[in-house]
Amino acid sequence: MSQRIVEAEQAKKRRTAKNKLTAHRGMATWGEKLVPLGDFRRVVQEHGQTLSAEHRRGAVRDFLHPTGDPTPVEGPYSRVAVFGGVYNNSHGLSALIEDATRRGAEAIYCLGDLGGFGPNPEKVWPLLEEGGVRSIQGNYEESLATGREDCNCGYADPRDNYFAEISYRYTAQHCSDAFKRWMGTLPRRRRLRVGDRELLLVHGSPRRINEFLFQSATPVPFLEVLLDQEGCDGLLCTHTGLHWHRRLPSGRDVVNVGVIGRPANDGRTEVWYSILSEAGDDIEVELVPLAYDHEALAREMRAEELPREFVETILTGWWTTCLEILPANERAASRF
Amino acid sequence: MLLENLALTAEQQVASPTVDLHSLDTLWFQVAGTVCNLACSHCFISCSPTNHTHEHMPLSQVEEALAEAVELGVKEYYFTGGEPFLNREMEAILEATLRVGPATVLTNGLLLDPERCRRLAAMAKASDYSLDLRISLDGYSAEANDPIRGEGTFARILEGARNAAAAGLNPVMTVTEVHQENASAEGRLRFLDLLRERGIERPRLKVLPVFQIGAEAERSGAYETWQQLGESDAPEGSWDHLQCSSCRMVTDQGVWVCPILVNEPGGRMGERLADTLGGFELDHQACWTCHVHGVSCRT
Ligand code: SF4
Ligand code: SF4
Repeated sequence: MSQRIVEAEQAKKRRTAKNKLTAHRGMATWGEKLVPLGDFRRVVQEHGQTLSAEHRRGAVRDFLHPTGDPTPVEGPYSRVAVFGGVYNNSHGLSALIEDATRRGAEAIYCLGDLGGFGPNPEKVWPLLEEGGVRSIQGNYEESLATGREDCNCGYADPRDNYFAEISYRYTAQHCSDAFKRWMGTLPRRRRLRVGDRELLLVHGSPRRINEFLFQSATPVPFLEVLLDQEGCDGLLCTHTGLHWHRRLPSGRDVVNVGVIGRPANDGRTEVWYSILSEAGDDIEVELVPLAYDHEALAREMRAEELPREFVETILTGWWTTCLEILPANERAASRF
Repeated sequence: MLLENLALTAEQQVASPTVDLHSLDTLWFQVAGTVCNLACSHCFISCSPTNHTHEHMPLSQVEEALAEAVELGVKEYYFTGGEPFLNREMEAILEATLRVGPATVLTNGLLLDPERCRRLAAMAKASDYSLDLRISLDGYSAEANDPIRGEGTFARILEGARNAAAAGLNPVMTVTEVHQENASAEGRLRFLDLLRERGIERPRLKVLPVFQIGAEAERSGAYETWQQLGESDAPEGSWDHLQCSSCRMVTDQGVWVCPILVNEPGGRMGERLADTLGGFELDHQACWTCHVHGVSCRT
């Protein structure tokens, strides 16, 4: 292109840019068209409905209807241990069963995600059976049992998904069909009574198996509505890998019980689980750090040629993947 | 002008499927209306300094919607425009929001001066909930970005991002998929390197598809007529993957189904949130892009 044509092109571009800045004076953009502002405003008011105050109350009531969950209630217990995210970490699982038993847990519950991240998935199965652990399905169990192509973890970032795929492929290849079938028999949710509190146990959230409930992105009003709809006194979940506990203004508890498969992105090598105990007519929630032989786990991961990034997390306590899904506060607390 | 002709488009003549609102998780605010300090060529609602199709929302209007949202159990709040920080009450609006839930602001970054960033960081620190900034860019160089966003914007946007990061508000950079290379792994890595070079230690990045309506239609040619949804397009018989199954958009002119259809009168569902808890008919062609690209607002 000759210099003159280039210059003409540029001048035209500048003119269009300038037109764009003033083009809308007195006009409204209706899809791809420009119409007089008053016309748009008038037509807009003809769309949608305006209900009476009474009908609005009715609409909100209908919208927030109770789910009527028929799940049978287990217990009552006075003390239980609850954990999630084994991620193939058999070392962590043995340590957990020992620690929870020592602390007097009458029952041990697992909220799913047995596989992923770590080595030799099949080792976890006998430990769960011998320890009498009662599990529900996480997205990992659902995916493995139904032969899905991916773990359905719910990441959006390409690098996070790349590592998630490595984990899933490895776990799927090293799991027996019998183990996968067993995973498919696990329930999606459980209910249990601790003291006089009825707790709902789910993997991600009561709505979706892979919904992330991070502390800084899960507001109180949202949780109050959710617990009202589910008709429970407490909600226990996992999936994010980060533990937290919040007592709601209504006096009910929401606990992300943590995961025992990898550290909580806090620079510590311990993993986390939860103990819930009856305390008079109240309930006590303890988030428990759990030390285990993380060096043995790291050795096993190296022997299985799992990504260096995963081994680093086990040894340092800092996440190297799954970071893009974190909300601002959780991300600010991470090292990478 | 014959408004009737505009209202009756071809795809409305075939029956469109209806998407139910299964829960109101995400509440959007068109907080700066369609008024923007830029006029990007791909802006899907054609915002500009003179586009007053939607106006700024006053704090009182936002507070009214927040009160309803609390009762309905909303999980997250998103603010967009136009440019949200053109709204003089924006910081008060964020403060009110952060009392009840996490907030995300979609901004072009031009108004993120160090002072404002410090105030926002203090506000975020005082809240239990996250404040996320999403800053839009269209490429990893001025050559790629500026023809779309305007001359000199690349440098100014990065300056805003750097101010935010320096104040401790690590922003998410959102890149619209205008240039093919943005979507590719290589373009992405180069871009992340650039952000690190500019002092943003832990860059966060999200890539978005383009909507072929508004200004974007002029830029790349509008949709083909066959690109419209029918009942049989629903994966496993459900529309739950569409954001309109869990979101609503509040503007100065009432409540709309989603952030994409605010320039279509048919996207308006009612006056208050309680008026809009029913289903919405997917009769707009932008719904097709939503369906195919799996658009979601999550960072
Ligand atoms: S894309 Fe964003 S910055 Fe650009 S004109 Fe539209 S609202 Fe403004
Ligand atoms: S544009 Fe997308 S989000 Fe909006 S109504 Fe259509 S499908 Fe739903």
